[in-house]
Amino acid sequence: MSAGQDLTQESAAAEHPLLERLREHFATAVVATHAHRDDLTVQVAPASILEICTFLRDDPDCAFDFLMDVTAVDYIGSVPRFEVIYHLYSLRKNHRLRVKARVAEEDLRIASVTPVWAGANWLERETYDMYGVHFEGHPDLRRIYLYEEFQGHPLRKDYPKEKRQPLVRGRDVGQGAARRAEEREREGYGRWQ
Amino acid sequence: MKATAAGSESSLTRDLHAEPMQIQMGPSHPSTHGTLKITLQLDGERIVDSDVEVGYLHRGFEKECESGEYYQAIPYTDRLNYASPMINNVGYCLAVEKLFGVTVPLRAQYMRTIACELSRMSDHFTCLGAGALELAALTPFLYCVQAREHMYDLHEALCGARVTTNYVRIGGMQSDLPPGFADLCRQKVAAALALFADVDALLTKNPIFRDRMEGTGKLPAETLIGYGVTGPLLRAAGVPLDVRRAQPYLVYDRLDFDVPVGTAGDNYDRYLVRVEELRQSARIIEQALRDLPDGAVDVDDPRLRLPPKGRVFNRMEELIDQFKLVTEGIRPPAGEVYQAVEGANGELGFYLVSNGTGSPWKCRCRSPSFSNTQALRDMIRGALLADVVPTFDMINMIGGECDR
Repeated sequence: MSAGQDLTQESAAAEHPLLERLREHFATAVVATHAHRDDLTVQVAPASILEICTFLRDDPDCAFDFLMDVTAVDYIGSVPRFEVIYHLYSLRKNHRLRVKARVAEEDLRIASVTPVWAGANWLERETYDMYGVHFEGHPDLRRIYLYEEFQGHPLRKDYPKEKRQPLVRGRDVGQGAARRAEEREREGYGRWQ
Repeated sequence: MKATAAGSESSLTRDLHAEPMQIQMGPSHPSTHGTLKITLQLDGERIVDSDVEVGYLHRGFEKECESGEYYQAIPYTDRLNYASPMINNVGYCLAVEKLFGVTVPLRAQYMRTIACELSRMSDHFTCLGAGALELAALTPFLYCVQAREHMYDLHEALCGARVTTNYVRIGGMQSDLPPGFADLCRQKVAAALALFADVDALLTKNPIFRDRMEGTGKLPAETLIGYGVTGPLLRAAGVPLDVRRAQPYLVYDRLDFDVPVGTAGDNYDRYLVRVEELRQSARIIEQALRDLPDGAVDVDDPRLRLPPKGRVFNRMEELIDQFKLVTEGIRPPAGEVYQAVEGANGELGFYLVSNGTGSPWKCRCRSPSFSNTQALRDMIRGALLADVVPTFDMINMIGGECDR
């Protein structure tokens, strides 16, 4: 399996005023920018994600009131391995921006942007579920699609598609369920898995 | 046991001390057309708080797409929002075409627009019909399903399938329009709208229906925006955001249509917005059929579409092109794109990362249902238990799209 290419290298000379403004305002935190196929993209240092997102929402020239999507990409083999991706949209300015931050596998954590956009809640939970990225300061960081006992994070590139999960004992969801489980066991069906 | 009446407060007038009751709605509840579990904390019939749990239809869409070729993802997109499969097909193919930097011929763009609007109508028929059904109005549901059948007939005329369409191709279409499609389309759309006129007459001014819908599930526009809610839900709250108008794709900038908005932002406005969108979709289809140009449907690009057989058998170049396309699939240049289209329930986005190989390195679907369902908890807090049903109906969560 080949590692994903680092796409931030291309088209370094992105001349869009919005990208320029961000580069000026966050001289150290903005790592790279590009505008591949007219998608404005800014790569930032993960430590300053909350500060930059707050600025992007509140600054009148940016005015990104919508957080459309949060996800991650696993560039296995490269360092840092993971990239957390935020897609923003501004209703007033009618423009879009992609914000990216590289996070290392050994320290897979980044600040949650739930204080900036309430909608980050489920999106970050999904990213945690699928990639294992820990969003610090998230009010309720638990798996969203998969069950608690699921082992691993399925969208990582080293998680095989056909991998099977160990069977999980039935959860105690009330007396009725426990009684039915006992009945099944007596009748020789084995425990509920 | 003796009744103890303390002072002026008798045992009859004093509130009973009661713990909040916890009940579970779902995952397969008869009054929700979507598979999710809502754990409600109830104080009497008032909802104190709730926990919304999704994921019952999670099938690993992204993992499947990343392990296959670009073409092999198109049938999976049908199964995201199965009430409007064409819009998913179009959204995904537009994203891959954006990776290549190609635009399909004008005829294909018009055909895609027609397909999208037919799907939007079928989605709205599903939402409105099922919504009425779950408020115990059976007749409008039957009319809506019959109207949706007309849409499915048109899907079938286009691609041979009624639900899992797999119609749009990267760089073109599966096939050109069938002969006589324009007439059939006009006739079926008119028949569907005629059926819907009866639904409109049964529901829109019906006091029982309005009692359940008006003032329920209300959230201010700022909260909705914070949650990333888009589509009819947001437009009902007075925000005229529609990707077709804000950032036009296909040929929407050439067509004349209105973006209906509501004022109150309650379930009734969401209903009215969808009703009006049905009519606007019909308008778009009529204009697209009128303006439909002649010409090729597929791009003439050997990286994307198979060359004509006559040339494959007689020329070396085309033979190689065919061989490489069939064995390796298409290989977009390295890059990353995000393409948004207006789905029936809001912004549907595809984020693709290519590393130059035949499989997408990342294929992400931003689904409107996921973000919209997230706002459900706030919409029903403090409401009555019975308000969950119309609110969830108007969110119109489609499990396949929400859970992917």
